[in-house]
Amino acid sequence: MTQVAEKEILLNGTQAVAYAAMYADVDVTAAYPIRPYTEVMDTISKLIADGQLDAEFIVAEGEHGQFEIVKHASLVGARTLVGTSGVGWLYGMEAIVVTATDRAPVVAVIGNRALDDPGAYGVEHNDALMVRDVGWLLVWVDTAQEAFDTALLAYRIGEDPRVLIPVGVSMDGGFLTHSEQIVRLPDKELVKNFLPPYDRGKLRVHPDNPISVAPQVNEDWVTEIRRQHDEGMERARTVIKEAYESFKKTFGRYPGTTRDITMPENPFVEPYMVEDADVVLVGMGTVSKPMKVAIKNMREKGIKAGMLRIRWFRPFPAEDVMKYLANAKVVCVVDRDYSLGSPFRGGVVYHEVRSSLYDLDERPKVLSFIGGLGGREITIQDVEKIIKIGVEQRDTPLTRHTYWVNVRGDPW
Amino acid sequence: MSEELEKEERMYKSIIKTIKQAPLEEFYASGHRTCQGCESALLMRYLAKISGERTIVVGATGCMYVANTTYYTTSWVVPWVHTQLGGSGGAALGTAAALRALMRKGKIKEEPINVIVFCGDLGCADMGLSGVSNAMTYDYNLLIILYDNESSANTDIQETSMTPYGAQTSFSRPGTARRIMKRRWKKSVVPMIIAGHRNVRYAATTSPAYPLDTLNKIKKALSAGGPTFIHSLDPCPKGWDYDPMYSHELGTLAVETGIWPLYEYIDGKIIYNEPTKGIVEGRIKRKPVREYLEKQGRFSHFVEEDFEHFQKMVDEMYESWEIPGVMPIKSVELARK
Ligand code: SF4
Repeated sequence: MTQVAEKEILLNGTQAVAYAAMYADVDVTAAYPIRPYTEVMDTISKLIADGQLDAEFIVAEGEHGQFEIVKHASLVGARTLVGTSGVGWLYGMEAIVVTATDRAPVVAVIGNRALDDPGAYGVEHNDALMVRDVGWLLVWVDTAQEAFDTALLAYRIGEDPRVLIPVGVSMDGGFLTHSEQIVRLPDKELVKNFLPPYDRGKLRVHPDNPISVAPQVNEDWVTEIRRQHDEGMERARTVIKEAYESFKKTFGRYPGTTRDITMPENPFVEPYMVEDADVVLVGMGTVSKPMKVAIKNMREKGIKAGMLRIRWFRPFPAEDVMKYLANAKVVCVVDRDYSLGSPFRGGVVYHEVRSSLYDLDERPKVLSFIGGLGGREITIQDVEKIIKIGVEQRDTPLTRHTYWVNVRGDPW
Repeated sequence: MSEELEKEERMYKSIIKTIKQAPLEEFYASGHRTCQGCESALLMRYLAKISGERTIVVGATGCMYVANTTYYTTSWVVPWVHTQLGGSGGAALGTAAALRALMRKGKIKEEPINVIVFCGDLGCADMGLSGVSNAMTYDYNLLIILYDNESSANTDIQETSMTPYGAQTSFSRPGTARRIMKRRWKKSVVPMIIAGHRNVRYAATTSPAYPLDTLNKIKKALSAGGPTFIHSLDPCPKGWDYDPMYSHELGTLAVETGIWPLYEYIDGKIIYNEPTKGIVEGRIKRKPVREYLEKQGRFSHFVEEDFEHFQKMVDEMYESWEIPGVMPIKSVELARK
């Protein structure tokens, strides 16, 4: 029988993930401080201290060690939580890559932060995007509720024997990591139904199962191993859909929503007023907030604008992007990241979206907007401006591909 | 009997007195393709023999990864996992923490399982040192072994912080303007570990040329409880440039010349082993370092002045230099008198 959530509690994005890890009964966590992700570990440590979670809490000597700890714990069969931000994510990169290639389904919180130099605490998505090509599942969340739900889903999806891939739960540093919202926590018994214990089966490292993990293959097997990894990534699409359905069945609400607010039921993207829209904004994370307000404002002025928020970035939802953007005239991708020297000097998401639309018979124009780097706000006015540029470009041959939002000394 | 005493009892009762008492089973078996005369391979065999079936071995990138675990022919009979070059400490912690958590929470059967991580010069003494140090601050049962072939042997013999003074490697080649490119003295890792980590109850130096000593040290490390550390000097025919049949001879010469003192640290006490004991007690005279250096191609460019410098540095170690911890060897003996 479906039951509704048990209680409500005020949590920010990182705390929400810590609570999800507690509900998931994680066994090993590895911490190393860097803002703004750190609070997930502050919270976990307190939950352990208060006896609400029984887990090993290890403070690593750096992010490289941090990810080695959870990778090896996961290979032995422990459920793990880890996380980092910005340059910390990059410092751990070698270990982060092998976590994926060794198929250890750890769950990592990435509190997105600008990369040094210059130092800045604010959000930028380039940190998490560094793994886009090396086989992590990557998901961007927008609210604390979505952070909680997605972390639970991450364990279920990553640990599925058809997948066995680590999951990065990305959230905007500051805007989500540090803003508190009401989160509905489910009944603990229901979580047990939703989330089976982590079982690596024949891949578990234990004296009863004396396997060799990651031996040297030289040139002989890398191609096959990458291909298998890719197949796991592909199967994740199905597993993600199943997991979201099962979540709804178990907890009586779709992931990311509370009882009161409904959201279109698509695990990969959040469409907003997109069906009849001429100009569609695309973005990830909390930029959806000013986007939604700006869209409403523009609709009042008779401009048909809409939004598609990308939730799962890996695997990339090309089919959903095609489906929702097929009828748009102009697509304005707002990137909180950049890809220096890339075609048309666009952002990372821009290229993924543009490439996804290539097979359409009638392709919309796709523009790249780089904005809000280092935690600068993208205001409602900024988004309205973006929509206006979209409208201007609608009826003329494309004159320009990329715009930097609100750069000093640059007319905006 | 207190738990501490019991542990000590166990440690000493189980000492192997003759090689015939060593277990017959091999858990590091055929299948590897290390060089002929590789002493590190022998060290792996010792550690697997002693630790036995209920063991998880983790190996950092290095010769013993590349040469031992070719896909389909891995020599490890026990479960084995690779870790990145700088990952030894984290891998040890992760494995040990997972076992502890899963056992405590009843998710797997409660039993003692040995966690052994081996790493080479780079994986332990250079880039991996901070991780190893971190692992030594926790109270998990784990053993980290530094197999020291004094170079990055797996990538073709490059200089590391473990390479001896003056040795030729592809990063330290003698030239016409500069004969000695490697001018820094070899790092001492065991003293660093014991001086800096109070949790460590057992640490030792070994040489595979002394099999009984090595077997017992691994045994003691595994039964000491908590994090433990062993640093083994492993002659490497490829990197040191000598005929593989002389591996053991070089291993013994390193000890007899005093270059490589054999000792163990047990709960705050230093105990010297094998010839080193005799040397420290004044019963055995140290052989000139030249006997050791001249047998290796990597020192073939040495002239009189280099031998003298090397000898002087080793002499200092016994007279006034800090080894094996924070005291010169001689003063340890003086303190005992
Ligand atoms: S290069 Fe040296 S350490 Fe490596 S396998 Fe050969 S002998 Fe052993």
